[in-house]
Amino acid sequence: MTPKTLTRADLSEVVYQKVGLSRTESAALVELVLRELTDTLARGENVKLSSFGSFIVRNKGRRIGRNPKTGEEVPIEPRRVMVFKPSNILKSRINDRADGKKR
Amino acid sequence: MIKSELVQRIAEANPHLYQRDVENIIDAILDEVTRALARGDRVELRGFGAFSVKSRPARTGRNPRTGAQVKVMEKVVPYFKTGKEMRERLNRRAGK
Repeated sequence: MTPKTLTRADLSEVVYQKVGLSRTESAALVELVLRELTDTLARGENVKLSSFGSFIVRNKGRRIGRNPKTGEEVPIEPRRVMVFKPSNILKSRINDRADGKKR
Repeated sequence: MIKSELVQRIAEANPHLYQRDVENIIDAILDEVTRALARGDRVELRGFGAFSVKSRPARTGRNPRTGAQVKVMEKVVPYFKTGKEMRERLNRRAGK
């Protein structure tokens, strides 16, 4: 079975089904939640969602990289990156599948 | 920011909703992402990033305390790749 890709539309549908708001409002709320998350991270603030995981903003220092094609050295300037650290609950929920098959 | 603060911020912006509803909305979103990953599916959220799973092959591990060999089963781990727009926003300097 090939993996499916879910998008905002699928999340809105779930909110619509579970919470009992209109489709339009469900979509707007999914958008608002994502905007709140991304705005917070863009300010450099970490986000911790219990039982799901944490999004952590890290500051990377300057280092010398290399163009793998030409072998040429290029400086990589200091930058901020974001990492996702899944919670143990998320990790274990992903490993126990409903059909009981080991993967 | 922790989950309860996220709930609070969303609730403040939507005075017509109960805090309970906002909690249910956020939980429904996180739960759906989790269930998608458990099925082996991906979740792609433009402007934020994409969640997927990667499988780690079975291996022989060691109990660090006793040195005893233990078989570790194949398992899957969640993976998040930051989206292009989010990466750019993280590095946008104020006033630039």
